[in-house]
Amino acid sequence: MSRFAPMEDLDRKGRRTTRDLKPRYHVRMGALFAVVVLIAAACSTSSTSPSTSAAPGASATTGTSAAPGGSSRAGGAPIALKISANAVVGGKNDLTAEWITTYVIPTFQQMMAAQGENVTVTFAGSGAADEDYKTQLGLDFKTGGGADVIVGLDDIWVGEFAEANYIKPLNQVGGAAADSWDGWSQISQAAQDDMSYNGQRFGIASGLDGRVLYFNKDVLAAAGLPADWQPKSWADIITAAQQIKTKDPGVTPLQINAGTAMGEATTAQGFLPLLVGTGVNIYDQTTQKWQGNTPQIRDVLTFYQQIYGSSGLGDPQIQLAAKGRDQSFLEFSQKKIGILLEGDYLWRSVINPKGGIDPEADRDTNVGWALIPAKSPGSGIKGQNFVSISGGGGSVLNPNTKSPKEAWALLSFMASKDAVTASVSKQVRITMRTDVNAATLTQDPLLTFVSTKVFPITAVRPGLAVYDQVSQALQLASQEVVAGKSPADAATDYQNALTKLVGADHIASGG
Amino acid sequence: MGASNAATVLSKRAAAAFVAPAFVLIAVFLIFPALWTLFLGVTDYALTGTQALHPQVVGAANYASALSDPRFLNSLWVTLLYVFGSAVVGQAVLGFILAWAFRAWRGPIRSAVEILVILAWIIPGSVVAFLWIAFLDTKEGTLNGLLGNAAIPWLFSWPLLSIIVVNIWRGTAFSMLLFGGALTTLPPSQLEAARLAGASGWQQIRDIVLPSLRGHIMTNLLLISLWTFNDFAPFLITAGGPNFATDTLPVYIFRNAFRNLQFGYGAAISTIMLLINLVIGLAYLRVLRARD
Amino acid sequence: MRAADPAGALRGERSESALVMLRLVRRVGFYVFIVFVGAFFALPMVWLVLAPFDAHPTLNTALPDFTLGNFGDVLKDPYALTSLGDSILLAVGTMLLVVVLAAPAAYALSRVRLPGRDLLLYLLLLFSSIVTGTAAMVPLFLLIFDLGLTDTHLGVVLVLAGGLVPAGIFILKDFVDSIPTSYEESARLFGASSFQILRDIVLPYARPGLAVIAVWVMVNVWGNFLIPFILLRTPSSQPAAVVIYNFYTEGGQADLRLISTFGLLYSIPVVVMYLFVNRRYGFRFYGGLKG
Repeated sequence: MSRFAPMEDLDRKGRRTTRDLKPRYHVRMGALFAVVVLIAAACSTSSTSPSTSAAPGASATTGTSAAPGGSSRAGGAPIALKISANAVVGGKNDLTAEWITTYVIPTFQQMMAAQGENVTVTFAGSGAADEDYKTQLGLDFKTGGGADVIVGLDDIWVGEFAEANYIKPLNQVGGAAADSWDGWSQISQAAQDDMSYNGQRFGIASGLDGRVLYFNKDVLAAAGLPADWQPKSWADIITAAQQIKTKDPGVTPLQINAGTAMGEATTAQGFLPLLVGTGVNIYDQTTQKWQGNTPQIRDVLTFYQQIYGSSGLGDPQIQLAAKGRDQSFLEFSQKKIGILLEGDYLWRSVINPKGGIDPEADRDTNVGWALIPAKSPGSGIKGQNFVSISGGGGSVLNPNTKSPKEAWALLSFMASKDAVTASVSKQVRITMRTDVNAATLTQDPLLTFVSTKVFPITAVRPGLAVYDQVSQALQLASQEVVAGKSPADAATDYQNALTKLVGADHIASGG
Repeated sequence: MGASNAATVLSKRAAAAFVAPAFVLIAVFLIFPALWTLFLGVTDYALTGTQALHPQVVGAANYASALSDPRFLNSLWVTLLYVFGSAVVGQAVLGFILAWAFRAWRGPIRSAVEILVILAWIIPGSVVAFLWIAFLDTKEGTLNGLLGNAAIPWLFSWPLLSIIVVNIWRGTAFSMLLFGGALTTLPPSQLEAARLAGASGWQQIRDIVLPSLRGHIMTNLLLISLWTFNDFAPFLITAGGPNFATDTLPVYIFRNAFRNLQFGYGAAISTIMLLINLVIGLAYLRVLRARD
Repeated sequence: MRAADPAGALRGERSESALVMLRLVRRVGFYVFIVFVGAFFALPMVWLVLAPFDAHPTLNTALPDFTLGNFGDVLKDPYALTSLGDSILLAVGTMLLVVVLAAPAAYALSRVRLPGRDLLLYLLLLFSSIVTGTAAMVPLFLLIFDLGLTDTHLGVVLVLAGGLVPAGIFILKDFVDSIPTSYEESARLFGASSFQILRDIVLPYARPGLAVIAVWVMVNVWGNFLIPFILLRTPSSQPAAVVIYNFYTEGGQADLRLISTFGLLYSIPVVVMYLFVNRRYGFRFYGGLKG
């Protein structure tokens, strides 16, 4: 009998019972706790992350090949390399993850073994939103950790990572071998520049993409437009959209991304392709000035107003919705949107009848594409009639790697002809190597088109750290116009925001 | 409640021993990083770029920048409406009503409703966004379908109301749990006596239950207000729009600071939010103590 | 039975039949209310029930093109199931740590009244709102790195518990405050130690509060993305809240087949854990304390 007050209790049916509370309950809980903690501690031993004891914030010396313990590498002492990518089998970028785990790692290890070196490679995949992956990379670099070869570094991140000394030029980490690599001849200058900063190569691009105007041929046919429609100016686009609107009021004629909800997709698939059609890119490398409240910026905003204003040629709700981009894809695949400006990503991964997230069964016969016209013929950058924007990501070396020679060997292997060919064996995409592209793209008409017709006329985004915030200012300007502000006012707001970002000295304004 | 005898029940030494483990954990994993973060607020630290390499102390520049931004004031106002509408009026009241209704009720219907309420709390935030976007869609949403194929653009014409309703849906479970637990500590005899004397349910609540549960109510309101104030989930449903109509402070911070990994600026705004929540907390204390 | 009472009629009492009517109306109104509440909570979830079984789910609710293939596709990700295990590990581990730390602390703070106790706890609460947000991401990472706990579940549990203990104490204090000290005093006379009093008297009476914070901690940890994401690097240790982001495309679009299926799988263990805690340790009894 307990010395303490007996507990009154109601059992399940509501009848009162008396129960002595014995300590057994607490002993059980304590034991469970101990077991859980022990299991947790056992299961979560640190993986092979090469985090050194570097003090936070200091980057370890680069390029030294001293392994901890000072063992020499000659004579087959085992070397461990790690590849990280924002890819996971069965999930995000799973083709990349599969390629790395089933081709790259076994083949490279065999190759190294044949040369008498004992190298094991592991893959640290993750599936996260791009910004989160970037944060993870930043934290790892900051503390001297991270994988040896990092795949999937966006081209627009190169500047800020380089400025923070998180990544170093390839020839500093990989040595002279990085400069004399024969693969460079197969990689276009644009692709090389994409992963460069201040004229130095920081990584190897993994590909470039391009943007075109997609259209549903049946929707255009119903509006009296030809199956090989190719607008020559912005006015042509508007005319076509108006024709679609009259003939088929149930369809949204035109979708060109706007607004902040779509993020970088607004700038890269909306604002910038239009801007380069007015003759300037957002940043001028020679004058080192950003476009402010210029006539060209105002032209783009006026075009947005033409689309999303009272004419109803576009759907403003999509631009303001949280999942607007997903919605635009869905509607295009359901033929509820006539014309859509997007990159080859749409073709490969969205409306692809095999495995796309919004498959369009008759994609190959019914979806057409056209070059993006300049505002009027000859008004594009470099006097072009047609324009586009390209971007991509690439792979870099970790300056804190303990085995820089082997890491470079791995990186260059992943960019070799055989490896890149293997990477597109399941799904064709535009790679960074012209030899591989020539051999593999023939199967896919859209990708061939982008590689042959779009790349020669394309432009890229500036690789400066502040680009991200300028991009957000552009998105906001387009959003203000969609929400009803006049292009002139939106341009003024944009210039104010830009001044706070880069300072008045670096802004080209006028008109 | 025997407070005058409290000191004899537990010696100071035992009390210190009881508090020590929690104190150590809090000191290392809460107070230390929190103070560090507050310090970041006076720097221009960012995770990438030159500010990562050479962060500078900028004093009150971050604070000045935030407070002089008209969008900041807009965000503050939207957040206050969001907190008051969804937490105070919505979650607390609905949670209490459900806890009261469930207190002496067992059965399949009660269990079903309870599980539904809990499920709404548990489903991951990213999935909840899809649920509500599907529910509130203008052209093919479930709600519009139930309303006879109306085409009401909920997320565009009533965005703040929409996210308030979503937050009530999502957060009522906690209030229901807390009040449910609190109600079990009430002696049934008091309520029994009142009922026999002819008091209606509402009078029982007003005169017996609410006064007894004053502490719990206060705790609940403070917690859910603080949590709702810092809630980022609306971003997934409305992305702060349309056109900043639902740009709550967490969305504002994300947009202006964390999206660009500007941790110094973000820490400054977070500090401002902390001070605002302190004021709100003190306001609650004042209002509820005044009832004495 | 009430006799006819003219004075009562003056006081506004209603007649017998009117009372029965009122009671009926109240009863019906109550059930209508419950049905409305049930519908309010259930209807938005329809998508989650339909989409996983749909071969082509879209952003809208629609009758499914029925398939079970999505479940197989989700499991192609080798971390889908392991992540659920990791989530359980983190949730239960953090819950135990928080309960074990918060309960004695709440008791001590209740019996040895500090002036301004509530304000102090509220300040800690405010700090925890900073530490559980993105603002403290870098300090937390560097702290865990310096302690050598990166990529360990223990590190994640400690950080999460640190953020949750203040609120845990804050919630528990009301439950402990309402326990009269008479039982403790008599136990003292019998020579019981403080620890025995805590274990045998206070904790059982605080059970509803403990159940509340147990469930609350588990749900909170289950849904926590940020801390596990920045502190863990091995893919097989990531919990479900992180792994759900695997099911997006390279362009950031959600693959709705996989997201909805994984979302459904993800929700089930927490409901089970809630039912378990509720049935065993939950709101079973009325405290015969003050009666």
